[in-house]
Amino acid sequence: MVVVSSLRYQYGSDKALSFPDFSVEKGKTCLLLGNSGSGKTTLLHLMGGLLKIQQGKVEISDQDLSQLTEPQADRFRGKYMGFIFQRNHLILALSVKKNLLMAPFLANMKQDEIRVDEVLWELGLWKKKHSRVSDLSQGQVQRVAIARAVLNKPAVLFADEPTSALDDYNCDRVIHLLLSVSEQNQCTLVVATHDQRLKSIFPRQVQIQNQ
Amino acid sequence: MSLWVLVWNYLRSRPLNTALNIFLLGLGVAVATILLISNRQLQEKITSNSRGIDLVVGAKGSPLQLILCNIFHVDFPTGNIRLNEAERISKNRLVRESIPMALGDSYMGYRIVGTTRAYSALYDANPAEGAWWNKPMEVALGSAVSQTLRLPLGAHFTSSHGLTPKGHTHEEQQFVVKGILAETNSVLDNLILTSIESIWQVHDLYHPGEGLQGIRADSTIASPLVPSVAAGDSTKEITSLLIRYRSAMGAVQLPRWVNSQSSLQAASPAFETARLFSILGVGVDIIRGFATVLIFISGLSIFIALYNSLKERKYDLAIMRSMGASKSKIFFSVLLEGSALTFFGTLFGLALAHIALFSLPYFLDEAQKSGITGLIFYPEEGIILAGSLLLGILCATLPALQAYRTDISKVLAGN
Repeated sequence: MVVVSSLRYQYGSDKALSFPDFSVEKGKTCLLLGNSGSGKTTLLHLMGGLLKIQQGKVEISDQDLSQLTEPQADRFRGKYMGFIFQRNHLILALSVKKNLLMAPFLANMKQDEIRVDEVLWELGLWKKKHSRVSDLSQGQVQRVAIARAVLNKPAVLFADEPTSALDDYNCDRVIHLLLSVSEQNQCTLVVATHDQRLKSIFPRQVQIQNQ
Repeated sequence: MSLWVLVWNYLRSRPLNTALNIFLLGLGVAVATILLISNRQLQEKITSNSRGIDLVVGAKGSPLQLILCNIFHVDFPTGNIRLNEAERISKNRLVRESIPMALGDSYMGYRIVGTTRAYSALYDANPAEGAWWNKPMEVALGSAVSQTLRLPLGAHFTSSHGLTPKGHTHEEQQFVVKGILAETNSVLDNLILTSIESIWQVHDLYHPGEGLQGIRADSTIASPLVPSVAAGDSTKEITSLLIRYRSAMGAVQLPRWVNSQSSLQAASPAFETARLFSILGVGVDIIRGFATVLIFISGLSIFIALYNSLKERKYDLAIMRSMGASKSKIFFSVLLEGSALTFFGTLFGLALAHIALFSLPYFLDEAQKSGITGLIFYPEEGIILAGSLLLGILCATLPALQAYRTDISKVLAGN
């Protein structure tokens, strides 16, 4: 369950963003739609506790994020949230398996190798378990990034522009992958994008409008 | 997965950079360690070699030379002194013990020392094989001499004048090996010991059979220093006299008394070696400065490496934060990386220093005679290790703070 109410964010003195109130049920999906500069990423970072909430309220799984200290927010984020960024950044120095194990390690959770195998299997990356990240194709990198985001079975999965750099075929592939993975892992999926192609896929949409 | 595995993989992902930093610091640490070990062992050697000798009396010349020649056997004698003058000094009431020394000859670069059994007693030397010399021309070999020259018991050899094997040889007089001494870890290991009479005999100053029987009728007292000749002999000469005081009074009065006699001089080993170290100290300080500069530069290099790699890793850090890593975890990972680099660098340096000192004698004969070994570890090396860990932490602090302060939202949004 994700609840956003009367949320505002002020960058410096001149740029203020305000966001509509909305909520997403547990296990449901939601699309945050808006043009570049409308504040989608800011909203996503506020919801993920990556930005400190100045005004308003964000609740994730009944936890008010503004009530958490920074270390508490870090711990909460590691345990209940998964992130997929446009760049699908993996740590080059580590193998695929170690990249995935970073998720439970950094969240101070049990490092379960069976779970790693399970997720790799789900995403068709089984054979790449011990590969170096630099040996992967772009599509494989994206799948590893998704695997990493869902490894800790987060309550909410946040994706920031996961498809905007992809062609129609790959866009379709990735978004269905996200949908099926979040369904399998029973997490709420929140996607922020300006990609109009996704409109037809997500029944629940929130329009972000800031200048 | 652990912080250490992460850091280890980061270091491995930049092998050349990591190797360079380890090598650079290792070099600095190795120089500092070699300096530490050789300085320590040299000082220990000097103290143990001059133990029991309060004063050296010899011919006028450089007092430092007198000490180097008669205690450490690395320099040439200053000249000779008459036996009867030496006897006079040994009879002084401030002298507890005096040991005569007759130097000047060598065999294959190893010095032949004419002396008495009291000299070997200073270093608690005993024969490991054979026995002490009994008659003139019989010798006991120091352990290092016997190991290098491989002269068996009963072997004959002739000495040459001076310290080089090419000097004038005394062909007509043959020495015979009577005993081989057990290792003493002192200067004795590199000496060939014999009686004073042997040296005289080689130089035609003494004839077999002369002994006490042949002394002049007006004297029936044996010399207190060389009992086979009569006391007061004015023709025989020795190189020096090693003296131990009876009391602290000796240190005050005896050197002045000896130096007031025109042909003799007295030198104190403690004073002269302190002077030697203050002269060598300049060179040691220069090398130490060089080592410090090396270590400083390697610290700078580690700082730059961490600082640069953090620029590349800004996104890594932001991703890790998004995955729940606390700021302090990020901070410690950078500190750990810095200290791991200096730790490995220091271990490499310490190993390098010991291996260098251990293998040096195999390449350089002189190094073998110095008796410096790489097999001893000193507690100060632990201080070097701790110090360089501190250096690593220091060099990593600024990059770590920068990593700590990374604005994750800005980095993640900035693509």
